[in-house]
Amino acid sequence: MENPYAIEMLHITKKFPGIIANDDITLQLKKGEIHALLGENGAGKSTLMSVLFGLYQAEEGVIKKDGREVQIKNPNDANDLGIGMVHQHFKLVECFTVLDNIILGVEPNKHGFLQKQEAREKVLALSERYGLHVDPDALIEDITVGMQQRTEILKMLYRDNEILIFDEPTAVLTPQEIDELMQIMKNLSAEGKSILFISHKLNEIMEVSDRVTVLRKGKYIGTVETAKTSKEELSRMMVGRDVEFVVAKDEAKPGDVVLDVEGITVASKVHSNNAVKDVSFQVHAGEILCIAGIDGNGQTELVYGITGLEPLKAGKLTLCGQDITKAPIRRRSVMGMSHIPEDRHKHGLVLDYSLEYNMVLQRYFEPEFTNKAGFLKRPQIRKYAEKLIDQYDVRSGQGPITVARSMSGGNQQKAIVARELDKDPKLLVAVQPTRGLDVGAIEYIHKQLVAQRDAGGAVLLVSLELDEVMSLSDRILVMYEGEIVGELDPKTTTVEELGLYMAGAKRKEAAQ
Amino acid sequence: MKKILKNQAVQSLLASLLCVLAGLLIGYIVLLFINPAGAWEAIVTVVKNFFYYPSKAAVVKYFGNTLVKTAPLLMCGLSVLFAYKVGLFNIGAAGQYVVGVAASLYLALALHMPWYVCLIAAMLAGALLGAISGLLKSYCNVNEVISCIMLNWISLYGTNLLLNNVKETASPYTFNLVNVNASALIPSMGLSKLFAGNRYVTIAIPIAVIVAILVWVILEKTKFGYELRATGNNKNAAKYCGMNEKRNIILTMMISGALAGLGAALLYLTGFEQWQCSQSSVPGMGFNGIAAAFLGGLNPIGTIFSSYFIQHITNGGAYVDKSMYCAQISDLISSIIIYLCGFVAFFKYFMNSAIDRREAKKAEKLARAETEEGGQK
Repeated sequence: MENPYAIEMLHITKKFPGIIANDDITLQLKKGEIHALLGENGAGKSTLMSVLFGLYQAEEGVIKKDGREVQIKNPNDANDLGIGMVHQHFKLVECFTVLDNIILGVEPNKHGFLQKQEAREKVLALSERYGLHVDPDALIEDITVGMQQRTEILKMLYRDNEILIFDEPTAVLTPQEIDELMQIMKNLSAEGKSILFISHKLNEIMEVSDRVTVLRKGKYIGTVETAKTSKEELSRMMVGRDVEFVVAKDEAKPGDVVLDVEGITVASKVHSNNAVKDVSFQVHAGEILCIAGIDGNGQTELVYGITGLEPLKAGKLTLCGQDITKAPIRRRSVMGMSHIPEDRHKHGLVLDYSLEYNMVLQRYFEPEFTNKAGFLKRPQIRKYAEKLIDQYDVRSGQGPITVARSMSGGNQQKAIVARELDKDPKLLVAVQPTRGLDVGAIEYIHKQLVAQRDAGGAVLLVSLELDEVMSLSDRILVMYEGEIVGELDPKTTTVEELGLYMAGAKRKEAAQ
Repeated sequence: MKKILKNQAVQSLLASLLCVLAGLLIGYIVLLFINPAGAWEAIVTVVKNFFYYPSKAAVVKYFGNTLVKTAPLLMCGLSVLFAYKVGLFNIGAAGQYVVGVAASLYLALALHMPWYVCLIAAMLAGALLGAISGLLKSYCNVNEVISCIMLNWISLYGTNLLLNNVKETASPYTFNLVNVNASALIPSMGLSKLFAGNRYVTIAIPIAVIVAILVWVILEKTKFGYELRATGNNKNAAKYCGMNEKRNIILTMMISGALAGLGAALLYLTGFEQWQCSQSSVPGMGFNGIAAAFLGGLNPIGTIFSSYFIQHITNGGAYVDKSMYCAQISDLISSIIIYLCGFVAFFKYFMNSAIDRREAKKAEKLARAETEEGGQK
């Protein structure tokens, strides 16, 4: 009997220091099927694909192609086996034409001279056959994101790949482009290609896939046939029920409006669509408002807009009754806005500065730390840093003079939290404040956020972690494709319901 | 020992010394290829510089000459260093130096201004040129390297054009300051007496050293320096905490330009050199400043020493036996050494990875020994 599977990954285990990224995961991709791989951020999808691509070597488990065991030591091995991937962020040369990009790396040549005609014919034949419309002579920088993606798909087909991996392919597309992509994927599978579709958007998975494999926190949850399941079931499998982790906190006592966001729109840096579309909400004193959503749905840009890192295209921001729509970052900060940034290395710290210098990053210009002649008051900075280190239990090799780069991620984050909270902010914008931290540090930071709320501060929390959203927030706004698609009360909602909103399967008008 | 080797300052110093040695070695090898007979003697001559003279008075006098040319090199080094700390590569120090020459000499020779006015004018001219690159960088996102290189040439020919008005009729050189406007000469305040009456030794030299210390103080001790270095280390973090990046970039380029411009005035207002109005290449001073800054470990105080060293071998090159080697040999040798000076970062990296490798090996051995021990138990 012929083996029905194109690729099998059996009992794959991949460990990183301190974490098991893939724990005994099995994924079997049938020939000619569209197989979805579903899971939250950090569920182990990327690691699994990296193992398949030879970027990582699994400690345990085997990979089989057409029933034969294979060794994939590097991406070239994967290519030789006919495995191709469309990455979430395209790997195209912007100033090259579509054709040049497609043949890049496998240029047909005779004695070192390019033979483009041959390649052109093959590309045109392929695009005809699969309904992938592209102009081979257009420059990448001139064409739409959808067309760039089709170029990536053609790249795989040009290399005669049989197994096609799509890594979150719809994240950057417009709804129309998504429909087209779905059709293309169906065409490809009808022509015998096997497709692995990585996503956490339930609607798309339901529409296009034949089977779904679900991962959660590095573990294999199960594989189901799409026709025999429902969005609710998938959502439950993805999120899991037994993970609620409750932070002890009292009832919120919301006070006055601290931040008023009115219809703001922020441009995206990645694609030509707006990342944040006409979003409105209010944050009150004494509450934790959480923006939930899957990564890449505009949360980052929303925060950039509120904190002033990016200009607004439209809308109005009011902080404590004052218009800050066009206010520079420094003014917002002085007015009482603190910001725990998403990326602590990019924004949060000057890594080559000492810990004490990082501790005063938001306050170094105040008379407490700088004298009238413009000289820094080193002893005061030292004293202040020591106070914060002590108070917030920031551990480091050499205390205040430790170079920030040499500190552990958790302690770097604690330093940022200390710096931002000690400003005694009226509004704290905290973006993924516990990303990549261990359980102890997470608990500590959660307590600090609640304490900030109880002290009458307004907290705007942006998080991708459902547990965090459910346990910390007093109100939840769900963001999907740049819009607020729902407002939920964490006490009455379920993780399943939240998951449906996050995946865009459900929406209702946000209560204003 | 390992701790000492891991220390940043020690590392910089060691790497700089390694660069110097490597430069001398390669220079020596080149000399061997051209004419093996005199190679050793020639390289010794380069290193000896003014010690070449038998009389003590001559040694002191020519030591003075080396110092006179160290001052402008130090300023160019500081100019490059200052910009580099803020994440900008000021290759335009050469052009800013040239407009410094233009401003100081024109004011001195055509308008008969006193020396301090000429100094300030040179700084302003340099700052202005730097500001152009800074503005282009912060508002139009034009790479400062490109705009600086363009401006280098513009300033060279502009300077030739301007100084043509104050040039000797018979030669391409500008008037001699002593004859035309002695008040524009930087005063010596008795320093020349220390150098066997070398009248080019002026307070320009202590001024340069003071400026170096000042740069260090600004960068390390002030709020302004804190902001600048934060911007240089992590532009995004600087923006995040509300520093005005654009303003900082422009200010940095202005200060850098002012430093290079001042350097030019500190040389030309001693009367040591005259500008050659038919010059068709940008003087190397600004470019050598890059080497001085890097060889000095990007530290203003270190740059004092590195610029002296570079000037020392450049001057020393002039004494190489011209019957054995062609006249360009001195430039060749000094430029090889200067070129190697740019490799400080490389040597540092090399040293670090060697240390790390050794440590990793040791750790591995230790781990292996431990597991074996455990197995035996």
